[in-house]
Amino acid sequence: MKLMKLLLIITIVLLSGVGFAGQTVDNVKAKGFVQAGANGDLFGFGKPDEKGIWRGLDVDTGRAIAAAVFGDASKIKFIPLTAVQRFTALQSGEIDVLCRNATQTLGRDSELGLDFAQVNYYDGQGFLVPKKMKLKNAKQLDGATVCVLPGTTTELNVADYFRVNKMKMKPVVIENNAELAKAFFAGRCDVLTSDASQLAGIRAVAPKPDDYVILPDIISKEPLAPAVRHGDNQWKDIVNYSVLAMIEAEELGITSKNVDEMLKSANPAVQRFLGVAPGNGKALGLNEKWAYNIIKQVGNYGEVFERNVGKNTPLKLERGLNALWKNGGLMYSPPFR
Amino acid sequence: MVQLPRDNNQTDRLRAPVIRIGAWQWLKSNLFNGVFNSVVTILVCIFLYKIIPPFVRWAFIDSLWLSTADQCRAGDGACWSIIPANIRFIIFGFYPYELHWRPTVAMIMLISLLFYSKNRNHWNTSLGYIWIAGLLIMGILMRGGIWGLTAVESDQWGGLPLTLMLSVFGMFAAYPLGILLALGRRSKMPAIKTLCILYIELIRGVPLISLLFMSAVLFPLFLPAGLTVNKIIRAQAAIILFTAAYIAEVVRGGLQAISRGQYEAAESLGLNYVQKMRLVVLPQALKIVIPPTVGILISAFKDTSLVVIIALYDILKTTRSVLGNPSWMGFSPEAYIFVALIYFVCCYAMSNYSRRLERELHS
Repeated sequence: MKLMKLLLIITIVLLSGVGFAGQTVDNVKAKGFVQAGANGDLFGFGKPDEKGIWRGLDVDTGRAIAAAVFGDASKIKFIPLTAVQRFTALQSGEIDVLCRNATQTLGRDSELGLDFAQVNYYDGQGFLVPKKMKLKNAKQLDGATVCVLPGTTTELNVADYFRVNKMKMKPVVIENNAELAKAFFAGRCDVLTSDASQLAGIRAVAPKPDDYVILPDIISKEPLAPAVRHGDNQWKDIVNYSVLAMIEAEELGITSKNVDEMLKSANPAVQRFLGVAPGNGKALGLNEKWAYNIIKQVGNYGEVFERNVGKNTPLKLERGLNALWKNGGLMYSPPFR
Repeated sequence: MVQLPRDNNQTDRLRAPVIRIGAWQWLKSNLFNGVFNSVVTILVCIFLYKIIPPFVRWAFIDSLWLSTADQCRAGDGACWSIIPANIRFIIFGFYPYELHWRPTVAMIMLISLLFYSKNRNHWNTSLGYIWIAGLLIMGILMRGGIWGLTAVESDQWGGLPLTLMLSVFGMFAAYPLGILLALGRRSKMPAIKTLCILYIELIRGVPLISLLFMSAVLFPLFLPAGLTVNKIIRAQAAIILFTAAYIAEVVRGGLQAISRGQYEAAESLGLNYVQKMRLVVLPQALKIVIPPTVGILISAFKDTSLVVIIALYDILKTTRSVLGNPSWMGFSPEAYIFVALIYFVCCYAMSNYSRRLERELHS
């Protein structure tokens, strides 16, 4: 026990001593690449394809950061991290930025010593049920057996939801997403609960997708955002504005295809954004072309969304909350000036 | 009683003995000798009849080998297509796609080296040099960076090369370390003895998973800020330390089984400690403990799959990763059968070789 106590004390002392104020961007430039943590298992957000190349919304967010810093979206290395490892890896300096569908919460933002940048996906927890149960909403789920992943906020949220609404549930916990879906399709539970972004993908691989519906209720808020270490404001600004640049570009109508024509645009907002009228790059400590490079090499938010999780992917997600504010969503960027 | 006349052809009149060989007789005497056995036989036959034809139909007759995922979903049989469609990710993980020939060559080299070393006639000093040279070339092939080879950081290694590397290096480094620990534990010097006991009992007292977690989560926090040690090396070290503790106890068993007479005989010849152990005691002790040692090595090989919990992509993890792809989701039996076959081939080769080694050494 004494040994454990000693270890604990050493850990705490070392943790409190970790401070990287203002040096991450210098470290990154010296290394020549951004080291990012990614999920590795989450299709549409962070997962290698059959050639071992990383694909996903979170991964493209990371590439945008690399494009902003180096002008080259390929100067980034991803390492897969588990849910347990992800925050330690950031605290210990193993990674520079965490692009791994991490939900921003008060506790993580304060106690864990993290800083969350702009949200790159607004998710929420929903329910998938067989159509033959003829359910209209989640309030009718009293007494249901619920398939859920263990050890996640998902599990806690669904328990809270049933308790608050004075309903009973029988949880069926299965460790792995694919096995969970299989158990649900085999009828081992009445309802499957997960983040809404996952439910669409799970439904898509059902033996008969039309036999299942996603209930309209969303029972939790899951703002997923890239995270950096607390206290390094310059690096946080870079990560933050790399995400915001993709959103702003969509609003300005700049895409990876028309970005070169847009360089000649007479619109002062576009000129400032693309660095034709300089200022933004200097303010962030980056090349004036930083936003141009992001859009040219990675694309605007709409393009990234459609490429990874949109209608032509197996996930077939609607924009929903992730539409631009002008279209009724939550994606809103401050002015780039 | 009429005395039959005895003639010389008496043998001709004897009846032929009842034939007790042939399939039917074998069945009768082995499977249907008694009510209980007959019932069990019939039940087992029914069970096999229910299991095997559907399995054969699923795995071979209705199965698809080179199709798309959608064609698989339309069919009823096994979808082996998941393997060829994703084979390169399953085998090589994140290793850059166009450089896959390099780990392939390295693996072939490793396997041929292992095969070459199987023969005990090749066990001599030059084999040691061959191994050193081989490992060096394999390391260069995997890592690159010189001779015009593109550098590939070790965090991009994965799949089968990673599994083989973790297990082969784990075994080769753990074995001598385990022997040293066993000798240390039987040492008469109190400091060494206490240290060895402490080490062995501490390591054996925790599961491998917790060691891996410590190496992945706790260890980086102890290092000064900015300094990081590669994830693979940390996992490799945890595996070596863990396996060595178990091997130490097995070897200690072997040392205890050697009679006092052997020790005394060696001492009376005037051999010092190192000579005594190297020439007399260890050769006998290690021979006795071949079966349990191989047991530990086989389980160490399979335990390398635990590195998934620290997000290293060994072959089991790359396979599971493929299953997380929506288009291939749900074909887990096929993928797991494939990985099980790879594990089986490796483990069976090991146990087969250990039996051969035992036979050769006993003769």
